[in-house]
Amino acid sequence: MKQQQINKESETTGAMLRHIRIRNRKNYLFKALIIGATVMCTLPLLFILFYIFRQGITAINWQFFTSLPKPVGETGGGISNAIVGSILILLLSCVMAIPFGVGIGIYLSESPKSRLSYYGRLSVDVLQGIPSIVIGIIIYQWVVRPMGGFSAFSGSVALALMMLPSIVKSTEETLKLLPESLKEASLALGVPYYKTIMKVIVPTGLSGILTGVILSISRVIGETAPLLFTAFGNPFMSTDIFKPISSLPLIIFNYATSPYHDWHQLAWGASLILIVIILILNIISKIVQRKWKVQF
Amino acid sequence: MESTILKTRNFNAFYGENHVLKNINIDIDKNSVWAIMGPSGCGKTTFIRCINRMHELTPNAHVQGSMQLAEEEVYEMNPVLLRRKVGMVFQRPNPFPTMSIYENVIAGYSLNGIKLNRKEKDEIVETSLQRAALWNEVKDTLHKKGSFLSGGQQQRLCIARALSMNPEILLLDEATSALDPISTAKIEELIYELSTQFTIMMVTHNMQQAARVSNKTAFFYLGELIEADATKTIFTNPKNEKTQDYIRGHFG
Repeated sequence: MKQQQINKESETTGAMLRHIRIRNRKNYLFKALIIGATVMCTLPLLFILFYIFRQGITAINWQFFTSLPKPVGETGGGISNAIVGSILILLLSCVMAIPFGVGIGIYLSESPKSRLSYYGRLSVDVLQGIPSIVIGIIIYQWVVRPMGGFSAFSGSVALALMMLPSIVKSTEETLKLLPESLKEASLALGVPYYKTIMKVIVPTGLSGILTGVILSISRVIGETAPLLFTAFGNPFMSTDIFKPISSLPLIIFNYATSPYHDWHQLAWGASLILIVIILILNIISKIVQRKWKVQF
Repeated sequence: MESTILKTRNFNAFYGENHVLKNINIDIDKNSVWAIMGPSGCGKTTFIRCINRMHELTPNAHVQGSMQLAEEEVYEMNPVLLRRKVGMVFQRPNPFPTMSIYENVIAGYSLNGIKLNRKEKDEIVETSLQRAALWNEVKDTLHKKGSFLSGGQQQRLCIARALSMNPEILLLDEATSALDPISTAKIEELIYELSTQFTIMMVTHNMQQAARVSNKTAFFYLGELIEADATKTIFTNPKNEKTQDYIRGHFG
């Protein structure tokens, strides 16, 4: 009788152990699956980086950064005009997009329930979804034609429009997370509302706002379509914002679609530069997020 | 006779349709510590937020009746100027996280664009921190961020920030409810010491605290001022039955 009981007990513990073993195996399997999926997602990026690096690195030397493109047939030549052009266009679009974007973001977070913010938020969302080529032709109609020609300025307007949504979003989200008590602290000291916003609220949310700005730059730096009918491109060095100007994505587009091997090389080199810049911008945004984070 | 610093006559406050304060008549005398007591939702916080017009941050807030600060009608003053005369400390410590301790104390001046030279600033920072009994703890770390301090120290920093403006009244909105007992004791001691120079009005849920530090007590119930008298009288010999019930812990 007793022996029977013991046998039964060991039987049930044995069954339990088996059950646990199966569950553990299921856990391992699940873990392996999600790790595998993550690795698989990073692989394409690594392959792209590797391929572009291999193709582009041969094009890169000192001359590549300092000289202008050479005509077909001559070896060498660089993309200095495109680098200068890209920087100029982006600076100009930052000057246009940041004040508006941050301003709209402040308004949306300050009066979240007003009718204007409802429509404002809606239009920002829609703006984000407009294809970049459409923004390009609209700016062509609105800026290029009235101004009488392609220009760096019109390219900047197009890119600024594309930067606007993410600056607005990141500003709004950042400021919404700040505690109400911060604003109260400032107002209770007799600080007027606009100074409270400019000197207390915005500086406290600066890291988030800046992160949004940097990410929006890295998003538009590679945009080609809106620049095709606005900045147009220019084989020479130009710093005049009212003249056509070259930029990295334009030079990639033009050279990669040309029939000449030398130009293909320059396009690969320019692609590498572009990707490296985007990588650096993303890393900077992570650092800004971490280092400048405000502790309460 | 004591001089009155704050006087309300038939003062009413509303949030939209909601009638929060009903016919408040009270005289706050200078250099006293007033405890504002009452069960939750009785309008005590609204009352002190009405004094520096912070309740106007809530949409649809409006008031009726008269409230005078030093003979001047509060609701005809510019709220910005009013708030420089009426300091406020909140339930949770809220130093400016981007600023150092030094900058936090001087914030009332720097944010308002009042120019001061180095010596004046140093002086204001030192006296304010000393008044808030924080100077000895932070004098070597003045340029560190205020958010590295403990909760109790942060709250005293907020008191120092409010005191730096030399307010006529200091409002404390449950200023110790988020703090540990030792920090609370320190702030109570501080309130007692400050009462020689400032008029202090504190909202508190803690009856012992009201009994310990205040010399006058106002009891609010459902938006009405039930009784306002010397703290001793309120606690030992209240005139109103409701006050008595509340003190004895029958509700609240």
